[in-house]
Amino acid sequence: MASLVVAEHDNIELKRATLHAVTAASQFEGEVHILVAGADSAAVAAAAAQVAGVTKVLHADDPAYGHGLAENLAPLIVGLAEGYDHLLACATTFGKNTMPRVAALLDVAQISEISAIVSADTFVRPTYAGNAMATVKSNDARKVITVRATAFDAAAEEGGSAAVEAIDGPGDQGLSRFERHELSVSERPELTSADIVVSGGRGMQSGENFSLVEAVADRLGAAVGASRAAVDAGYVPNDYQVGQTGKVVAPNLYVAVGISGAIQHLAGMKDSKVIVAINKDEEAPIFQIADYGLVADLFKALPELAEELDKQNISKN
Amino acid sequence: MKVLVGIKRTIDANVKVRVKADESGVETANVKMTINPFCEIAVEEAVRMKEAGIAEEVVVVTAGPEEARQTLMTALAIGADRAVHVVAEQDIQPLAVAKVLKAVIEQESPGLVILGKQAIDDDSNQTGQMLAALLGWPQATFASKITLGEGEAEVTREIDGGLETLTVKLPAVVTTDLRLNEPRYASLPNIMKAKKKPIDAKTVEEWGVDAAPRIEVLNVKSPGKREAGVIVENVAELVDKLQNEAKVL
Ligand SMILES: Cc1cc2nc3c(=O)[nH]c(=O)nc-3n(C[C@H](O)[C@H](O)[C@H](O)COP(=O)(O)OP(=O)(O)OC[C@H]3O[C@@H](n4cnc5c(N)ncnc54)[C@H](O)[C@@H]3O)c2cc1C
Ligand SMILES: Nc1ncnc2c1ncn2[C@@H]1O[C@H](COP(=O)(O)O)[C@@H](O)[C@H]1O
Repeated sequence: MASLVVAEHDNIELKRATLHAVTAASQFEGEVHILVAGADSAAVAAAAAQVAGVTKVLHADDPAYGHGLAENLAPLIVGLAEGYDHLLACATTFGKNTMPRVAALLDVAQISEISAIVSADTFVRPTYAGNAMATVKSNDARKVITVRATAFDAAAEEGGSAAVEAIDGPGDQGLSRFERHELSVSERPELTSADIVVSGGRGMQSGENFSLVEAVADRLGAAVGASRAAVDAGYVPNDYQVGQTGKVVAPNLYVAVGISGAIQHLAGMKDSKVIVAINKDEEAPIFQIADYGLVADLFKALPELAEELDKQNISKN
Repeated sequence: MKVLVGIKRTIDANVKVRVKADESGVETANVKMTINPFCEIAVEEAVRMKEAGIAEEVVVVTAGPEEARQTLMTALAIGADRAVHVVAEQDIQPLAVAKVLKAVIEQESPGLVILGKQAIDDDSNQTGQMLAALLGWPQATFASKITLGEGEAEVTREIDGGLETLTVKLPAVVTTDLRLNEPRYASLPNIMKAKKKPIDAKTVEEWGVDAAPRIEVLNVKSPGKREAGVIVENVAELVDKLQNEAKVL
């Protein structure tokens, strides 16, 4: 039978997270279909139809689906479930919010944030902040799954030519209403898909001082992240948080500045290819997992780093 | 309005978790256990609602072994009024927890249910969403602000792109994120007072809930360990290494 991937989007663009879930879905037998539920979202359905390996796009266009409200999406997905063995979404805040609601309505367990697929019913998932990798087998007829993006490559955005089928759903359930967004706007790459991430911690001491992190990030074309302590202190917005209960990233290069390396932070970045730590405390646990450690005062090291990148012509600005 | 809070006993967030030699799970013998941090935030929020005169009663519920009574005591010391202990010796998974909580909620009829967004042991992040589904109620997950109004609540949620604000009809299920509040330390008199508060203990079977696990854990392994690298002397050496050795610049 087939797999259904629930697309994540803003009615305009298909989010990259969806592409990671498609790759996971393609490891199962059978076709991969994408559900695009949105409002005035034809462009997203068209983009989904292009994704390599996808054979059908189900497109439900209704104002009720415009803001990804779980109360409205879940009955729509449940109505489609009979045709699928596996129902997947990426383990983003969207997927985490929606898929358990689907699972409960189907009376099945959800397998959260899988990092590997062993077989059609057996999966590996990190638990305890990634300190224990559990291999789990689901005994339910239908598997509802969220996928850890960093563990599955993104499917190619082009190469597919799926048919788009318009479908109707149960519409607005009248339980919840979208009021407003306060989205972070940034010229920088998105944290979870960036090639390089530079993160600051409590050691930054203030929001203003994050300009030192940004100066380095911008030279590298990098995204900016943060520890929980930096977010809690109000230096940067919540969506910067990397870690067990924030975002999971695995860039080619992760630079941790003024971050001690608590297990909850490591849970979100320890699969990065190369890790650099800049910390004035040589005993900081972050050095135990860093490929390159620099024991230094960040207020001296960050400006020097920006300067050195310019000197070596590495700067992208 | 009555507020019901679901709480879980978990390994303390500061403990370095170790996988058992036989790979059947993680070491829990002689390991410090506490209330899951997100649940502590949930209890704090409910107690603040009571202190603000918005909630009349705060009831905390846990499903778990005998020892989970200790976790209920922690919540009662923060300021919850009474507790329900659904005694379950076996491993109780999120779908089963949601069913247990539904049974308790049908008896208690709260106007609002607050859970944590995630238990930091299994990192499932599902129970609140499942409970809302089973009840046919709205859900507002990952909350950083809750404002109660007439028959509805406005909730600000921490999402990947920033913040989102929803209005949900009451009763609803809300799950907490880290920035919702900073839980208080329970005072000694309140810890003493908690000992006198009622705890209603009954087994899962007595609640009539099928709590059989749907997911079998085949094994639990340590992740591959990352080796410490080298300490560089200065920024110039760092950049040189990143460029010529790691080749990431
Ligand atoms: C339920 C729960 C969930 C959590 N989830 C997350 C999560 O998702 N992500 C996360 O990051 N954390 C999370 N945490 C918090 C985590 O436990 C740590 O408290 C947090 O990561 C610490 O942040 P930090 O390293 O910035 O701060 P600290 O631990 O205070 O470290 C600051 C570091 O900066 C260094 N420093 C200070 N000044 C300078 C200077 N001038 N130059 C150089 N170095 C300097 C210090 O030596 C120190 O090592 C969670 C905790 C709990 C309980
Ligand atoms: N055994 C339990 N008893 C009561 N509440 C629970 C239990 N397990 C989980 N919860 C609630 O569900 C939240 C999310 O847990 P989880 O879905 O397991 O990550 C927790 O923060 C609790 O509020």
